[in-house]
Amino acid sequence: MNTKKTTWILIILALAVLGAVLALLLHRPSGGLGEVLVTVDGEEYGRYPLDVDAEFTVETPWGYNDVIIHDGQADVHEADCPNQICVNTAPAREIGDMIVCLPHKLVVEIVPEDAP
Amino acid sequence: MKRNARLTVYLSVLTAQAMVLNWVEGLIPMPLPVPGARLGLANIVTLIAAYTLPWPSVLLIVAARTILGSFLFSGLSTLLYSLSAGLVSAAVMLLARRLMKGDGRSILAVSLVGAIVHNLTQLTVAALVLENIRVFMAYLPWLLLLAIPAGLFVGGAGRLLLRYVDRLHLDF
Repeated sequence: MNTKKTTWILIILALAVLGAVLALLLHRPSGGLGEVLVTVDGEEYGRYPLDVDAEFTVETPWGYNDVIIHDGQADVHEADCPNQICVNTAPAREIGDMIVCLPHKLVVEIVPEDAP
Repeated sequence: MKRNARLTVYLSVLTAQAMVLNWVEGLIPMPLPVPGARLGLANIVTLIAAYTLPWPSVLLIVAARTILGSFLFSGLSTLLYSLSAGLVSAAVMLLARRLMKGDGRSILAVSLVGAIVHNLTQLTVAALVLENIRVFMAYLPWLLLLAIPAGLFVGGAGRLLLRYVDRLHLDF
């Protein structure tokens, strides 16, 4: 491989890593208390405290997602979406964690308490 | 006419290969921090197309494989994401290939750009559909980082494959 090619590849790699690091630094808010925010199609569906165990079914126009809040973490444990990505996502625990179900336009995320 | 028939067959073969690769990939479990992240094996085909075909044909293959693939395998709900990301990344790969002139032209670099742009497009569309900017920021670092091994793998595979495709002396 000649140097010109290597230079291009290195430039692209550097840009990708730089973008990733910047996004990581910008995104992670510091600790504090969080609550569970559920949105469907961009609209707030409900807010739930993380420290109260709960189990509920979110009915979206495209299907349902069963959410369990237990031991201070929120998890989508069942859904009738085709790809099951939300079910396979690890439980959300800290502020910034999220579970997304694209087919149902559903987001379960941990946000700081009383944040918009 | 003869040339036209050859082109049609070549386009069909590439489209079918991309669809099968996409399906096979879905069978391989990916234990990654980002659920749903994929290697993007179908991009091998887009890459080969970008190196052997004029740009309208490349975009045609991408459109055909994502639309047919969504009918057969993945369902219509994912078509918006695969179609937009496929078309945008193919367009940018064609552009990148054109920009890197002469001996600086690298299939690995083109593939990397394609993988990064594919992930960026899909994430942008997802954030727009969900009307949630936090989704974009939360997944951006992982999708950018994962695009690197995926892009290198696809580019490496494309480079090996292109040696054989070049022997066919396709001249479209």
